[in-house]
Amino acid sequence: MSQSARWTLILVLLAPAVVLPLLVPLYDSEDPTLLGFPFYYWFQLALIPVAVVLTVVAYYLAKAGDRDRAAKR
Amino acid sequence: MSNVSTVAFSVFLFFFLLVTILGFVAARWRRAADMGSLDEWGLGGRGFGTFIAWFLIGGDLYTAYTFVAVPALLYAGSAIGFFAVPYTIVVYPLIFLFLPRLWSVSHRHGYVTPADFVEGRYDSRPLALAVALTGILATMPYIALQLVGIEVVLQVMGIGTEDANWFVKDLPLFIAFAVLAAYTYSSGLRAPALIAFVKDTLIYVVIIVAIIYLPTQLGGWDAIFSKATDSFATANETNADAIAAGSVAPKSAIPAPLLHWAYASLALGSALALFMYPHSVTAVLSTRNRSVIRRNAALLPAYSFLLGLLALLGFVAIAAGVKVTNPQQAVPQLFENEFPDWFAGVAFAAIVIGALVPAAIMSIAAANLWTRNIYRAFINRGATHAQEAQQSKYASLMVKFGALLFVLFVSTTYALDLQLLGGVWILQTFPAIVVGLYGRWFHRWALLAGWAVGMVYGTVVAYGNPKVGDPGSHFGSPLNEFPFTETLVYIGFTTLLINLLVTVVLTVALRAAGVDEGTDATSPDDYGADLGDEDVQAELDPEAAAH
Repeated sequence: MSQSARWTLILVLLAPAVVLPLLVPLYDSEDPTLLGFPFYYWFQLALIPVAVVLTVVAYYLAKAGDRDRAAKR
Repeated sequence: MSNVSTVAFSVFLFFFLLVTILGFVAARWRRAADMGSLDEWGLGGRGFGTFIAWFLIGGDLYTAYTFVAVPALLYAGSAIGFFAVPYTIVVYPLIFLFLPRLWSVSHRHGYVTPADFVEGRYDSRPLALAVALTGILATMPYIALQLVGIEVVLQVMGIGTEDANWFVKDLPLFIAFAVLAAYTYSSGLRAPALIAFVKDTLIYVVIIVAIIYLPTQLGGWDAIFSKATDSFATANETNADAIAAGSVAPKSAIPAPLLHWAYASLALGSALALFMYPHSVTAVLSTRNRSVIRRNAALLPAYSFLLGLLALLGFVAIAAGVKVTNPQQAVPQLFENEFPDWFAGVAFAAIVIGALVPAAIMSIAAANLWTRNIYRAFINRGATHAQEAQQSKYASLMVKFGALLFVLFVSTTYALDLQLLGGVWILQTFPAIVVGLYGRWFHRWALLAGWAVGMVYGTVVAYGNPKVGDPGSHFGSPLNEFPFTETLVYIGFTTLLINLLVTVVLTVALRAAGVDEGTDATSPDDYGADLGDEDVQAELDPEAAAH
């Protein structure tokens, strides 16, 4: 994978983690509730593991990118 | 004197003294050469591994902010306080993208502070001075929030009263300030690093008990949410006239559509602000390589989950029937009411120590900024190592004293507003620092002008904001109407946009006029450099000059 393709992929992966939490109308409701939590609260908490997974994948991509870069030197 | 049991107070005192003693002992821990130099005092010798660094970074973010300030908003029926959760989600991808570049350029050129970077990048001493001053100023209200956190715990324990005498009334605050100042002064960064272990252990225990034990005692989260919603509905009904007149804010468990922009802009603004604070930059630059920054960005959100559940303790307090006039006492009061005495003592200690550690880290980072970018750059160019270390110690005291003044004289509705005021200021360094990591199109004088306009505009607007129901008061809200609209938005966010606008317009003008833009000390290759590359220092030396 070329460096620019790799970084485009990283940006695409990270974008939802930045954009989704800021789209308040998306989760601004009481229902459906989960384990007693209104949607508004559990949805935002649920975004945390989603962001973790995306960032971990991005981490491995970036790490591989750094390795390639070092190998070329 | 005390309205809590002797047991709770004794347990609290035990942990508090333990931490204080650790703070002093820390001066001897992993001692390298001598404590008299800035390097030793300010960066703890930088022998910290990933594990300790992880604790230190966590300590910066999960503090009285989490235990006291955020739950206070939810307790008071201001659901907007939950913005802390999207804030701490959004911040990590941003750190992932921006900060490895800052690490690389700093480790190649020996930059220790954001002001160093700005000076090298834009060849502008005034701009570097502006960035340094902003960092120091913005840190003060953030530390003030921590002091408020300690203060309310001491109040709930019955130390200090609503006495008319200002000294007796604020005694808890002065005690907290004195302890913090004393041990940071003697031990530097080693104190917070060692204490972070005690702190995080206490905090995890308290959080787990609080989010598992308390809801089962109160009929589960279902019951907690419905009790909170009912209490808000009742309050809104009782105060219907006052709400209609605008003298009381309506309560709600979910922000009204009117506040969507406020919510999103508070989250994004806080996220953009966080990593420009001097203490965040110190933490990031002390990591081993670029990869560690990204790994931390992937791992740290684990803390955000706890932050969210802690925020909800504001609702738990309502469900448990906690009645306090100062909403910031809600969580400490909840712990006192619901926990056995000895564990209430542990919980109080966790909150207080959780405020002390970040306050110490923040004041040290701001102090280093003073010594390196103001004292050595402008006042005493040939300063010796001992003089610099002494300056940092004095400066860290002054920063804490400044924080004390914020608590005493800037009477905000919520402590959270103090931190958001700091955010308004630190955000004004965004164009110079973060945009500067990607390119050098902005003109150095345009950046300085944009910064100045942003600082003045943000401060004036924040000052002019009255509290709800108290016309003529100041610093009453972090929100203001976005220019030419009626939409409420975080002042820091609006101000950053105005700053960027001024910077862009003036850049075009200055370039057209051919005004000298200085020489860039960095090259594009510097921003991707990693450990093992040519000229990349493994550890930064805060006493060496940038190059």
